[in-house]
Amino acid sequence: MKVGKQSFDYKNVYLHNSAVVVGPTENEGPLSELFDFHYDKLDCKQKSWEQAEMQLYRNAFNICLNKNNLEVKDIDIVIGGDLNNQIIIGNYVMRDYDVPTIGLFDACATSVAGMIVSGNMIDAKNIDNAIVAISSHYGTSEKQYRYPVEYGGQKPESSTFTVTAGTSAFFSKEKSKIKLTKATVGRVIDAKINDPLDLGRAMAPAAFYTIKQHFLDFNTSPNDYDLIITGDLSYYGSKMLIDLFTEDNIDIANVHKDAGMLIYDRDRQEVFSGGSGTGCLPAVLYSLIRKQMLDGELKKVLVVATGALLNPIIMSQKETIPGIAHAVVLERM
Amino acid sequence: MEQKVQKVKNATEPKRPLLKNTFQAFMAGGAICMVAQVFIEIFQELFDLEKELANNISVAIMVFLGALLTGLGVYDKIGQYAGAGTIVPITGFANSMTSSAIESKSEGLVQGVIVNMFKLAGSVIVTGVVSAFVVGSLMYFYGALFG
Amino acid sequence: MSLVYAFLIGGAICGIGQILMDKFKLLPVHITSLFVFLGAVLNIGDIYDKLIEVGGAGASLPISSFGHSLVHAALEEANEVGYIGIATGVLEMTSAGITAAIVFAFFAALIFKPRS
Repeated sequence: MKVGKQSFDYKNVYLHNSAVVVGPTENEGPLSELFDFHYDKLDCKQKSWEQAEMQLYRNAFNICLNKNNLEVKDIDIVIGGDLNNQIIIGNYVMRDYDVPTIGLFDACATSVAGMIVSGNMIDAKNIDNAIVAISSHYGTSEKQYRYPVEYGGQKPESSTFTVTAGTSAFFSKEKSKIKLTKATVGRVIDAKINDPLDLGRAMAPAAFYTIKQHFLDFNTSPNDYDLIITGDLSYYGSKMLIDLFTEDNIDIANVHKDAGMLIYDRDRQEVFSGGSGTGCLPAVLYSLIRKQMLDGELKKVLVVATGALLNPIIMSQKETIPGIAHAVVLERM
Repeated sequence: MEQKVQKVKNATEPKRPLLKNTFQAFMAGGAICMVAQVFIEIFQELFDLEKELANNISVAIMVFLGALLTGLGVYDKIGQYAGAGTIVPITGFANSMTSSAIESKSEGLVQGVIVNMFKLAGSVIVTGVVSAFVVGSLMYFYGALFG
Repeated sequence: MSLVYAFLIGGAICGIGQILMDKFKLLPVHITSLFVFLGAVLNIGDIYDKLIEVGGAGASLPISSFGHSLVHAALEEANEVGYIGIATGVLEMTSAGITAAIVFAFFAALIFKPRS
């Protein structure tokens, strides 16, 4: 059902079991106990970064099926996404599975975009269930957007570190302990930031406007939620988001956390301002946040994925970097 | 809304530690040049070679070291500390070529390594030859006219 | 003593590059292109030659010396055989560096794998 200007509410969409498979840096982070599987090397025993990311995607998909006691034929649709050109990773993995798939791209906001598309289809009773499969990989990301991994350039503190993770989550109309209740679709917001080494701040305005619209559409405020978790604003983007709300006399600081800052230990690991990438938010959401919800620590969580909508060609044309943010609400039943 | 965003944007601009970075670039760049100078001295004094030959050999050795350290996965770590200190010396040129070549290995020898080797380093050759053509021509004709 | 000068001059050139990168948010490719260009321009009045005399490798190792070598070789050849010498001579002095880079990068790609 559409609510307000940009939102939906859902009556029958539930989050079931999920899987997160990560690379070495994530496994050395604070959440290592909570992941389903990890690889000790970035190549995940494959011949290229792209094959490695497919391996993560595939592993997470298979583990998700197993954890939910499902076979591929039980799945109505797979919504997938990653950061590679032509979202090649998921498309190639799904060659081997006999299931309808749709690929989505909203940069690092894809995970929640996938949840919204699935949520709408399930709630409309067009399908019974869906798997949202998302991945990102440090190697494929650097190769496509920045420099070769061995290049001796210097990254500033504002850089973010692409999370290497494959994630899969099963949503269905069958009841479970965690319900997907609301969604807000974001607008493309261009705050005229043009530094691809400062993406956290490029995305913060998009997160600000989406969260604000969510509050307006549902007539809520920060303290109605136990947690507002953003995707990959990391250190500088998070500060900017909090400041943007402060300018509006709204205080989100005490309920806000950012996935990019939760997945790594910035003091111990060389990850600059924190994690980013399509897999960053789902890797944290389906491990840490899901556990905290099931344990009863969190009852109502606003999940906001943020994406920076750029590519290397357009950046060379002296363009700025617009951002987009999509939000959903998860509630403990 | 727009103005508010711009105001916060300007207020939250991350500052780069200019002094620290410049000091590190100075130290690292100076050290790399000093290593090259040691080689030049060795070839000139010990092997009694001509200045130009000694210089060429020294450059070749530095390029080799740049390629080797890149392959070993060490150059990028030094580069994060050194910034311009590893980009400006000719070792940076070797690093840009080696890192592009190694990264493209997965696309095979021809379509990967060979095609992509000059992806980052080509700029030096283009800028260099074009500049040399312009400056060289100017100097040549100036010399021919005013001799 | 020449070691000290190499350190100081080389360090200074790199330091300038760092200041430009941080102050004007320039990319490495901007710095290398600019320095190569400046190395070519500083051939006028033999400025770069004097810099190499004082700084040794501190001036001959940075990429700016590449621009200098290109102009130097082009002019040397042109003064001998006429204007066409600009084209036939330009890459002569830098041939060692370029060849070494291509060959070593190629073999490194055969031997090494990328790691994070």
